[in-house]
Amino acid sequence: MKKTILSAAIGAAALGLASAASAATLDDVKAKGVVTCGVSAGIPGFSNPDDKGEWTGIDVDYCRGIAAAVFGDPTKAKFVALSSKDRFPALQSGEVDVLTRNTTWTISRDTSLGFNFRTVNYYDGQGFIVKKSLNVKSALELSGAAVCVQTGTTTELNLADYFKSNNLQYNPVVFEKEADATTAYDSGRCDVYTTDQSGLYAIRLKMKNPDENMVLPEVISKEPLGPAVRQGDDKWFDIVSWVHYAMVNAEELGITSKNVDELKTSGGPDVKRMLGSEEGSKIGTDLGLTNDWAYNIVKLVGNYGEVFDRTVGPNTPLKIERGLNALWTKGGLQYAPPIR
Amino acid sequence: MAGMALNSETSDTKKRASSLINDPKVRGIFYQVLTLALLVLFVWTVTQNTIHNLQKANIASGFGFLQGRAGFDIGQSLIAYTSDSTYGRALLVGILNTLQVAVLGIITASIIGFIVGIARLSQNWLIAKLAQVYVEFFRNIPPLLVILFWYKGVIAVLPQARESLNLPFQSYLNNRGLFVPKPIFGDGAWAIAVAFLIGIVATVFVARWAKKRQMLTGKPFHTVWTGLALIIGLPILTFLALGAPITFDFPVAGRFNLTGGSVLGPEFISLYLALSFYTASFIAEIVRSGIKAVPKGQTEAANALGLRSNAITRLIVLPQALRIIIPPLTSQYLNLTKNSSLAVACGFADIYAIGGTMLNQTGQAVEIVALFLVVYLSISITTAIFMNWFNAKMALVER
Repeated sequence: MKKTILSAAIGAAALGLASAASAATLDDVKAKGVVTCGVSAGIPGFSNPDDKGEWTGIDVDYCRGIAAAVFGDPTKAKFVALSSKDRFPALQSGEVDVLTRNTTWTISRDTSLGFNFRTVNYYDGQGFIVKKSLNVKSALELSGAAVCVQTGTTTELNLADYFKSNNLQYNPVVFEKEADATTAYDSGRCDVYTTDQSGLYAIRLKMKNPDENMVLPEVISKEPLGPAVRQGDDKWFDIVSWVHYAMVNAEELGITSKNVDELKTSGGPDVKRMLGSEEGSKIGTDLGLTNDWAYNIVKLVGNYGEVFDRTVGPNTPLKIERGLNALWTKGGLQYAPPIR
Repeated sequence: MAGMALNSETSDTKKRASSLINDPKVRGIFYQVLTLALLVLFVWTVTQNTIHNLQKANIASGFGFLQGRAGFDIGQSLIAYTSDSTYGRALLVGILNTLQVAVLGIITASIIGFIVGIARLSQNWLIAKLAQVYVEFFRNIPPLLVILFWYKGVIAVLPQARESLNLPFQSYLNNRGLFVPKPIFGDGAWAIAVAFLIGIVATVFVARWAKKRQMLTGKPFHTVWTGLALIIGLPILTFLALGAPITFDFPVAGRFNLTGGSVLGPEFISLYLALSFYTASFIAEIVRSGIKAVPKGQTEAANALGLRSNAITRLIVLPQALRIIIPPLTSQYLNLTKNSSLAVACGFADIYAIGGTMLNQTGQAVEIVALFLVVYLSISITTAIFMNWFNAKMALVER
């Protein structure tokens, strides 16, 4: 018995000495041969497995963009489905290399959680969905309602703030999994379900009778959703940020997955510079990648507009307009620093 | 001669030294010290490693966050709580909710368990078989399924708020929970609680006196009825004497829901029922085996002495059975308390659910997991200490 305790203690001590995630994420990713991304477990349009079991969505495509930039192969992306509660420890511990999981960029997440945010791949805002039969036209009429919400989200905090500042009473019913929260709403446990507006449209599709539900007009918060990485690894942070900027710049320059091969040789100097066909360019190698990184992203995944249209746009079941997510040249907020 | 003496002396010290190594007592102490040292080293290394890695990853640490504003609301709370309260208070709400469901669950599980356990020994074939089916059904499915059965299978299919079921005393049942009138205590209502306490204390004294008298004179006394009269009668008398200072707030239909009164949410009800029914199946088996383990000769001897069957169960079988029942019963109580962390599946705000929210808002994973450990450990150890005390009291007193 004593010997067992002894050897167990030694074994455990040895384990304790093993260090946590190392700082050079790019080297780790290259060594593993795959980018591991934390995604949400089933929000249509953002990250959702389709009927063939393939992950689809704007967050998933962001991750594929990173894989395309690093490996020249978008399939070298591995997806880990995380609940809103599990996502931060998973990134902190190094289980995932980057969180591309409709995560709101806030100051506390940027600082005390030890993460870095820089790009916003979807500008969102929190809203409410109710049953049409309740005859509610505005969120200000919701006093006394039971509200289903997912735990550990900015949504939960915004909800508390909104009802408090408008002097409304409510009864929160809090679930860890989004699916539990939405089925509880659908089965009548709650009068209202609240999450980001994009999520409301996505969830409405999953309800028993989508047409009996309506999204209220109020948007009660700013929800800039974007990828998060661990602090202290600027190189990896740069790569993750510039993948997004490359997609936005490509849309701005009119480069699509269809014309990218043609433009690589015939495009103007800014197009050629971005696609890595400029003589003696070091734009990709300075980033720690190859010079055709941006070409790979656009060729294999698409530009920002293509990805948006394919996953959440007006021609998808979600039917979301570009709105705030249009390019800055078209009245939206998507603006990327120049590739130069 | 001298050389020989010297020789024998050195071999003597050698022998003493080697006997010291071979001495089981010395060896035992050596290994224990070594194990302890390694354990301390292990804990120290893990702590240092964690602190180092947290600092390296720029993650804030420490328990200072407990003073911060929580910012989230909690649906079920036994104490006053708003989103302006601190994280520390949110944690307290969680602890109280866990305790509430654990204590009520333990009481209900014990009652159901004892009834079913005794029913399994019934001479009546139907009753015995029904009890057996109950036990086999509930102990062979995971507790999580039992919770979901109550939550999604029973309560979710109850009528909507606008078509609530009317129950007696202006109570209502719908898929938002059980709505009951809420007592509002007027002036002097505290006296009723005092009367209730006095009733309990008086009953204890009466019971002691009755036992003593029976030991001395053999005269029995109706302790149970006297006790009931004291515990229930005294508060009622006080209530009437004070001119009925308690009024009720009845639930009424609001725009979305019933408002007013007290509400037991579906989350609490399903968790409480699931834990009670699940654990009761194990308690029933413990009770049955405990009663079975009392030798038949005891009952026969009591019969021979002319005791009635009621008295045999109460005075001969049960006290002996309890000695066997209590230790495994303690384990079941601890299991029930720990299983209450499954609350997260049905959205009940127990310590684990609230802690999880805090973990997410603050990112203080290490601290909050440590708090989980401390809270569950404290609850479990308190339960165990109480049950050990009870066990010692019930144990065979050798005279």
